[in-house]
Amino acid sequence: MKLLVCISKAPDTTAKISFSADNKEFNSAGVQYILNPYDEWYSLVRALELVEAQGGTVTVVNVGPAENDTLIRKALAIGANDAVRIDAQPLSAMFVAKQIAAYAKEQNFDAIFCGKETIDYNGAEVGPMLAEYLDLPFLSFANHLEFDGGKAKVSRDIGDGTEVVEVEMPFVLSAAKDLAEQRIPNMMGIMKAKQKPLQVVAPVDFQDKVKVTTYELPPAKTAVKLIDPENMDELVRLLHEEAKVI
Amino acid sequence: MSVLIYVESNKGGFKKTAFEAVTYGRKTADALGVPCVALVLGAAENAGSLGSYGASRVLQVQDAGLENFDSQVYANVIAQAAESVGAQVVVLSQTANGKALLGRLAVRLDAGSVSGAIALPDTKGGFRVRKSVFSGKAFAEYELGTEKKVISLAGNSIPVEQLGSPVAVEALSVDVPAPKVRLVEIKRIEGDIPLPEAELVVSGGRGMKGPENWGILEDLGKALGATLACSRPVADSDWRPHHEHVGQTGGVIRPNLYIAVGISGAIQHLAGVNNSKVIVVINKDPEAPFFKAADYGVVGDLFEVVPRLTEAVKKFKAS
Ligand SMILES: Cc1cc2nc3c(=O)[nH]c(=O)nc-3n(C[C@H](O)[C@H](O)[C@H](O)COP(=O)(O)OP(=O)(O)OC[C@H]3O[C@@H](n4cnc5c(N)ncnc54)[C@H](O)[C@@H]3O)c2cc1C
Ligand SMILES: Nc1ncnc2c1ncn2[C@@H]1O[C@H](COP(=O)(O)O)[C@@H](O)[C@H]1O
Repeated sequence: MKLLVCISKAPDTTAKISFSADNKEFNSAGVQYILNPYDEWYSLVRALELVEAQGGTVTVVNVGPAENDTLIRKALAIGANDAVRIDAQPLSAMFVAKQIAAYAKEQNFDAIFCGKETIDYNGAEVGPMLAEYLDLPFLSFANHLEFDGGKAKVSRDIGDGTEVVEVEMPFVLSAAKDLAEQRIPNMMGIMKAKQKPLQVVAPVDFQDKVKVTTYELPPAKTAVKLIDPENMDELVRLLHEEAKVI
Repeated sequence: MSVLIYVESNKGGFKKTAFEAVTYGRKTADALGVPCVALVLGAAENAGSLGSYGASRVLQVQDAGLENFDSQVYANVIAQAAESVGAQVVVLSQTANGKALLGRLAVRLDAGSVSGAIALPDTKGGFRVRKSVFSGKAFAEYELGTEKKVISLAGNSIPVEQLGSPVAVEALSVDVPAPKVRLVEIKRIEGDIPLPEAELVVSGGRGMKGPENWGILEDLGKALGATLACSRPVADSDWRPHHEHVGQTGGVIRPNLYIAVGISGAIQHLAGVNNSKVIVVINKDPEAPFFKAADYGVVGDLFEVVPRLTEAVKKFKAS
């Protein structure tokens, strides 16, 4: 079984978000970067579990600059067999999907795993775009996955419930919470990761179709209005008359 | 030229997010000076009623191949419909299935896309769409320079409006490819309004102490007509079902009112709820970080405050 796991980089969940003075650029100074949690905790770990149980390899792929190698090595330390970095700044979801599709087309992966979304742009777009480029089925928000012969059984979150579906390989899926349990890399994994292959490939040409023109922080919250805990009638009155939400 | 809205139907009926998408599509179409066409796939009662929300035409494709959702099949069919009405903008709802369709359609139509728009596009001198980024910590304006555009609309972002009257449904015939995804079973959460659509949400954290205490939150939820949510440790401990978990790794919601009970307000929790219009925090610790993100705060023991609030709500509803 040959699996591909798409991993992205995102600002740490506690990172303070700020922008350049003209609001055109994200200010990355001092921001700690992590592997996107959906990719690291769920997608990668489930892929590893399946390969450990049934044999095969897990390749991780990232579209990004050389500075991402540290994070890619972390994915190798968690257990991926090898890594590919497509050497380009990921400026839009379609750009990323196009790059990964160009690489994966030649490789005959049995399944390609993405995360549910990246926690920076919250697009959930790369997975379905990749599936479309490769003309494969796409299963979003998988919270349970089993392989059985050439078939996969996937439970997916559909917002107001879950559905269980079956699909033949190959396919693309996106991983949501509960697909697996987070794994912390151990010393042995970290040592081994240094020796594992990390291939750098050149990007294919692609013109971005969307562009962020401005960023904006939400308006500062006005100070909280404290209500006497004895007087919940007052809270209800304010929610009705002032906030107009009930 | 036109704006095409793919309107999701669920067990033959439409949800609020569907009407929001039609309203959004109509207003976008008006801004561009083109007609607004709604597309319904599979069975739907009363599809013509979408005219009331602004659709000037309603197209419906009925085919056995559309009975269950398969993003590959649906994207193919929506793209054919978009082609047939010369759609320059395709509007979807930012639901689980809408998210699976958006990227596929963008590639198929060679279009620029924005997932989770929270406002009408700005069409003055270009086409810009606003969305929430960095898990609710900021907003970004996306410029779409392409001829065709695909946008999904985040739930509860614009009010539903009556912008027309019912129209006749036109059958659209297209090629429906064979699905590759086979449905085994489907389990829908019954009863409550699903969280992504809920306007009022009551949420409990570790301060609730244990699942046996959730009765007071359920009572408050019932009195308000609100949907229940919870923090991550609550779901992780199986005090509450996992679909109630909101935050960075759970659901991201934008209700009109979010009442947080016994939740400290960690940044990863806020990431899922900080786009709520009004936030009420009930916590016994006046230093709880959630108060900084709150509009109204009650410093007190939730086991006393919540039942009192429920009574006050009931009194208000009865008056
Ligand atoms: C990468 C990452 C992702 C995460 N994703 C999420 C996520 O998606 N969602 C999420 O919620 N968390 C998430 N977390 C966890 C988050 O950091 C917090 O640990 C979590 O939100 C805390 O939950 P809590 O507020 O219920 O519990 P606590 O932090 O334990 O807070 C309980 C609160 O209840 C109050 N309280 C106690 N008793 C009473 C009483 N009798 N009356 C009134 N108030 C009382 C206390 O004062 C306290 O403020 C994530 C963490 C990480 C690292
Ligand atoms: N630069 C990237 N390199 C590799 N995979 C990515 C990249 N960006 C996004 N992905 C994958 O696509 C998923 C969804 O991303 P997004 O569409 O940005 O929300 C992520 O969880 C990753 O699995």
